[in-house]
Amino acid sequence: MMLWRTRTAFLGVFTALALIFSYVETLIPISLGIPGAKLGLANLVIVTALYKMRLQEVYVLSVVRVVLSGLIFGNYISILYSLAGGLLSLTVMAALKKGDRFSVTGISVAGGVFHNIGQLLIAMFIVETFSISYYIPGLLAAGTVTGLMIGILSGQMLKRLVNIQF
Amino acid sequence: MNTGIKKNDILLIFIVLAVAGLAYFLHSVIGAGGAGSVTVKVNGVIEGVYNLGEDQEIVINEGTNYLVIKNGKADMTKADCPDKLCVNQKAVSKKHESIICLPNKVIVEVNSGEKGEYDAVAN
Repeated sequence: MMLWRTRTAFLGVFTALALIFSYVETLIPISLGIPGAKLGLANLVIVTALYKMRLQEVYVLSVVRVVLSGLIFGNYISILYSLAGGLLSLTVMAALKKGDRFSVTGISVAGGVFHNIGQLLIAMFIVETFSISYYIPGLLAAGTVTGLMIGILSGQMLKRLVNIQF
Repeated sequence: MNTGIKKNDILLIFIVLAVAGLAYFLHSVIGAGGAGSVTVKVNGVIEGVYNLGEDQEIVINEGTNYLVIKNGKADMTKADCPDKLCVNQKAVSKKHESIICLPNKVIVEVNSGEKGEYDAVAN
């Protein structure tokens, strides 16, 4: 059991790490041709934290990460989208992790897919149209692919962090 | 800790991709057939309906976005938003396809060829 202030310090370090991943992501000019689809490198930190930290801490990490990276790299609308995607994604991942029926890869895929679904729902709400549903196939496929990549990376990270629990 | 892929993971991926495929199939079925026009909406309010048959250039939302209709396809050519997702998107022509510029709340939607109350039922 770690001291409260030690936990806080680790939370700060993880937040910084997630922010750096968000920054690195802005440097990668990958356009998948689908609006809203991106690699989601910061999710690597969230998925890893999901296995290594308390759930409420992961929520704090997720929200702080989204708000800060939105203020630095995006705008207030992008914060809204990322927040919806991030929170829905984290909730689904946490729920799937409970049953222990999925490996980190499956959980990450679900996270990637629901991140996109959350953003799509907010987009539907903001622009008041259902025609955005045209993007569903692309966003689902993109979420699966990026989730798979992040999941495999997280699996490798967790393998090397076996004896560490934050 | 077991980090290997489990059977359920494969199942999950398969289900997601199946849903994606089904949605794509439904869209291509609904979208088939000749398209007639595009509706331009700003902030949920219809700004105009334009025929895809004639080539034209449309200034949307007092110049935040430019839409070009050429060879039966509508393409967003200019936008003042930072991400330029709508500009990078390919031209639309099929029914229910759309170009959406979220920062400017501009929606360009392709209407079906026929007009009438049946649209509501078909959707």
